[in-house]
Amino acid sequence: MPLLQISEPGQAPDPHQRRIAVGIDLGTTHSLVAAVRHGVAECLPDDQGRVILPSAVRYLEGGGRQIGHDALAAQGEDAENTVVSAKRFMGRALADVAGYQRLPYQFVDQPGMVGVRTRDGVKTAVEVSAEILATLRFRAEDTFDDDVHGAVITVPAYFDDAQRQATKDAAQLAGLNVLRLINEPTAAAIAYGLDQGVEGLYAVYDLGGGTFDVSLLRLARGVFEVVATGGDSALGGDDYDQRLASALLQRAGLKSLEALTPRERRRVLTAARHAKEALSGIDEVSVSFEVDGVVHDLDVDRTEFDVATSELTATTLRLIKRVLRDAKVSAEDVQGVVMVGGSTRMPAVREAMATLFGKPPLTNLNPDEVVALGAAIQANALAGNAASGDLLLLDVTPLSLGLETMGGLVERVIERNSTIPTAKAQDFTTFKDGQTAMAVHVVQGERELVSECRSLARFELRGIPPMVAGAARIRVTFQVDADGLLSVSAKELGSGVEAAIVVKPSYGLTDEQVAGMLKDGFATAESDMAARSLREAQVDAERMILATESALAADGDLLSADERATVDALVARVRAAARDAGEPRAIEAAVEALAEGTEGFAAARMNRGIRDALAGRNVNEL
Amino acid sequence: MDAGLSLQHTDFELFGLPERFAIDLARLDATWKQLQGAAHPDRFATETAAAQRVAMQWAIRINEAYRRLKDPLARAAYLCSLHGADLEAESNTAMPGAFLMQQMEWRDALSEATSLDAVDALSDEVAASRDATLKSLQAQIDGAASVDWRAVAGTVRGLMFVDKFMSDIDRRVDALQ
Repeated sequence: MPLLQISEPGQAPDPHQRRIAVGIDLGTTHSLVAAVRHGVAECLPDDQGRVILPSAVRYLEGGGRQIGHDALAAQGEDAENTVVSAKRFMGRALADVAGYQRLPYQFVDQPGMVGVRTRDGVKTAVEVSAEILATLRFRAEDTFDDDVHGAVITVPAYFDDAQRQATKDAAQLAGLNVLRLINEPTAAAIAYGLDQGVEGLYAVYDLGGGTFDVSLLRLARGVFEVVATGGDSALGGDDYDQRLASALLQRAGLKSLEALTPRERRRVLTAARHAKEALSGIDEVSVSFEVDGVVHDLDVDRTEFDVATSELTATTLRLIKRVLRDAKVSAEDVQGVVMVGGSTRMPAVREAMATLFGKPPLTNLNPDEVVALGAAIQANALAGNAASGDLLLLDVTPLSLGLETMGGLVERVIERNSTIPTAKAQDFTTFKDGQTAMAVHVVQGERELVSECRSLARFELRGIPPMVAGAARIRVTFQVDADGLLSVSAKELGSGVEAAIVVKPSYGLTDEQVAGMLKDGFATAESDMAARSLREAQVDAERMILATESALAADGDLLSADERATVDALVARVRAAARDAGEPRAIEAAVEALAEGTEGFAAARMNRGIRDALAGRNVNEL
Repeated sequence: MDAGLSLQHTDFELFGLPERFAIDLARLDATWKQLQGAAHPDRFATETAAAQRVAMQWAIRINEAYRRLKDPLARAAYLCSLHGADLEAESNTAMPGAFLMQQMEWRDALSEATSLDAVDALSDEVAASRDATLKSLQAQIDGAASVDWRAVAGTVRGLMFVDKFMSDIDRRVDALQ
């Protein structure tokens, strides 16, 4: 366990002390961690100098695990206990996982999220991902010989709410303080925008191992505005492997991929992946795999590969055109297209982009690393290490959010491509006379029918006073925060009686579930849960004291002497609680009291900030 | 503490823009980014929970105002509501006969269009009609000494039908591609 830092009695640590903040690209096939060092973002290598960590976890006899390269190497012989591409199962039920029959796992279709039965018990994608995240966290802590203050974790832009929530849960399980979830293409744009100094309207084409995103961004002097985004969270390099593998099996007159044993299937897919990668550099390659004890040797050329996979590339083109339409721009308006993700090394993909946009795509940054690098830059800014005002991300929500209404129809409340954070309220009413409760069903997607959208959450609003049908006014408010996560509340306004409820999407884990997983011998769990939560409360208290003190230093003049004394007393109480209270709740209560007591101060500071921003504009205009 | 700007100010006040229909979009955009630069939650990631809550409220309010001011139809509807002219979008569906005829013709054309080119041509026609109506809306609001807000609300209601139809066209384009 890393040691706690203790400053001299009565002295706060230097508020400008650098905080270790990392960016993590949690990918389908591999993951990376990056950080800003000496003003430059760089990916952190492991002790053997490798920056890429394969997203693979193997569960061993006796409760041990292999993570990364070792797990991947053992995949052929122990496919059932080696979970790869877990990102495909994030926040997903079994029925949502396309082609799960082709995967070598024993799936457990449990409520909430699909699990994989391993020799160490049933594991969800959240637990598998937490192992990967924890490994990267330890790598960063070893590199800096210090605690990680927080992390920015990237998700595909097209991830829905359940998938985002699951990612955040995994990070929490890995003991990471999530500064922000950001979208992968946006992270790539940050890296390109700052490193290459590009400005104007740019498309980011991000084809990873298991996900595809396309985002259209307007870049200008540190402002990264996402205009529109689209994609498919179940389309990636893995699918290219499967198409090629199927084509090869067919040509050899063998049974289909689905009919093979798990081990055979894994080997054919691995052979197909190697052929795919080789064909990015050469025109023809030989492939060898074993089925039913017979070794098959085949030659495959680039044309055969392109034909077998052309449908997939065409799908990505169709999704780009929809994004252009959403943004009301044409391909000629786009100044450049940035290629991200290992799968963009495929020549057919690059040619398709060059044809659509009429210019060669930008490939000057390493497509594997660029997302992690952008995340690291944003993490550094969020941790307060960079000069403020350097970087502003204005991202959007990828999918429309709405409610089920009569007849199983969707009423959209927040439209896709709305800039986040955003909130919108809509009023609904009762259907029957005397109706005292209302079922609220929250869905996400673009289709008209509820059955064709993703169900995110259901809750009931009770205690509506009996009235004739149509008289009640129930205001449902949707809010999407800066992480792209949704919360929904409902209240009855008509009668003055208010009832409100806030829901978390069905796929999100409760705090108890996360605590339960930690207790179940999770790799990163510290032996003593109580000590861990006390420590977290103390760290949080310290953070709040520092934040309040720097706010007072900057804008203390906004407070009267009395107001100042009140805030000082609240700070003193937090400091005393963090020092003396042996249990987290007392510290949390003091922190919450400080938060409430400084609400007015925060509002006044914001006011000053807004007016300065407007005044700055007026000065610039003159 | 000085009250200054509040979440309750109108969209126009918040963006320091004159309360009228015609708008300087470049200035709107620049102001939006300036305001978000001051208010976005990312700016307050290391601050107190209170500061983060306030930042979230402001960022949401700024985005709401920006979205409304940017879209001509939403902007016109907002001006109506500021002047007490309720759009009655749900209850008032009475539209002039010629307008309804036009709508029916368009809907027929859409259901008969089987090629992307045919849908595109229809889309262009509808967009041109929409632009013309927006021009007349600008004259109705900014050009008149005393604005007939009820008449403006009627024009806005008509445009809402047109916008709905345009999103149906977009869906058809999605289906055809």
